[in-house]
Amino acid sequence: MSAVLRGLVLSGGRSTRMQRDKALLDYAGQTQLERAVSLLQAVTDNVSVSVRPDQVDDPLRARFAQVVDGPDVQGPAAGILAAQQADPTAAWLVLACDLPMLDATTLAVLVAGRDPSRQATAFRSSHDGLPEPLCAIWEPASGPALLQFVAGGRNCPRKFLLQHDTLLLDQPNPEALDNVNTPDELRAARQGLDAAATRTLRVQYFALLRDQAGRAEESLSTTATTASELYTELAARHGFTLAEGSLKVAINTEFANWSQPLAAGDTVVFIPPVAGG
Amino acid sequence: MSVFRFTQQAIDGTALRQELADLYCGGYASFEGWVRNHNEGHAVTRLSYEAFEPLGIKEGERIVAEAIARFGVTRALCVHRVGDLQLGDVAVWVGASAAHRDEAFKACRFIIDEVKHRVPIWKQEHYVNGTSGWVNCERCAADAHTHDHADHADHDHGHRHL
Repeated sequence: MSAVLRGLVLSGGRSTRMQRDKALLDYAGQTQLERAVSLLQAVTDNVSVSVRPDQVDDPLRARFAQVVDGPDVQGPAAGILAAQQADPTAAWLVLACDLPMLDATTLAVLVAGRDPSRQATAFRSSHDGLPEPLCAIWEPASGPALLQFVAGGRNCPRKFLLQHDTLLLDQPNPEALDNVNTPDELRAARQGLDAAATRTLRVQYFALLRDQAGRAEESLSTTATTASELYTELAARHGFTLAEGSLKVAINTEFANWSQPLAAGDTVVFIPPVAGG
Repeated sequence: MSVFRFTQQAIDGTALRQELADLYCGGYASFEGWVRNHNEGHAVTRLSYEAFEPLGIKEGERIVAEAIARFGVTRALCVHRVGDLQLGDVAVWVGASAAHRDEAFKACRFIIDEVKHRVPIWKQEHYVNGTSGWVNCERCAADAHTHDHADHADHDHGHRHL
């Protein structure tokens, strides 16, 4: 019988390269820590957050059940060991909190592919083929071995998995475990996630466009990120005959650039050639 | 009251003129645009105007402010009709008062020209044969199928051709 699966989000990293606490970084309005916890809640019974002793009272971290690092170990191994000591009978699905691309499918594949008779189940990195220790299931049997490994002066969880009985799975989504360590990587990740997100917009139509759309306004969900992309989408849907080059565009009752990013809730008006007077 | 307005009602130039009265001013000029019975060879029976009013008011107020700054007129005002208009109705009214006549004339000319090109107002003409068309739009739509953007520069994309 396999051990009960608990979840652990590692949030004790120093975020040195990012220069701010990675757990607090937000994507589409949700902090990384909250997002990691909710992804784990879908596949495990009980989720805790791994913290350093000096993070216990941090308001974001205080909202979750905590496992506090012991004093003598550095890095992510400290969090994994502390969890194993807190509940030696459980298997721990350990997750870094800085994986903004992580998706529910990836975790579901990990849990479905788990082999409780091995010491761990992990993904083979899509980048270098090595085990990914921070999105992995650590079985109870790995506890004493990890303690011994750390006692021997080593603390790299990837090396531990390489040297022990680890089942390696292929990632269903090659980008899911890309982590975000620097401000540049953060910007790229946010852009990627924003681009994938749909937003709800209101569009008002006037003159010829109203006639052709058959309505004065509509509310719609779109993946278009700019007014230009939105016009292309709507022109195809409604059969608009006016070329984008003959129109102007207004966002929230002010003239706007065609490449201005659209935000959820924006009201967009495409302005056909005007004819006052 | 805003210096640029839309109205569904008939425009009363005599009343609007009173808003520009100022003892500092020695000159007043106004311009009225009227609904005529023909356009580009078609007999027109009536017109409908519609506007994107929130942005139209902002842009119209900017135009009047520009005219005051540019020509030093004391007061200026523009009112545009929306809705259904009959032949002979006043479609747009512009007035300016200034110390001297020259600024008042120039400000009126500037305001009507800019309003025609910049304010989101659309004109639908109804023709004798029962059809109708959006002025400036139908031609652009036809052009979109036959020209690329470089060609559009030829027919002046500020839509100054009417």
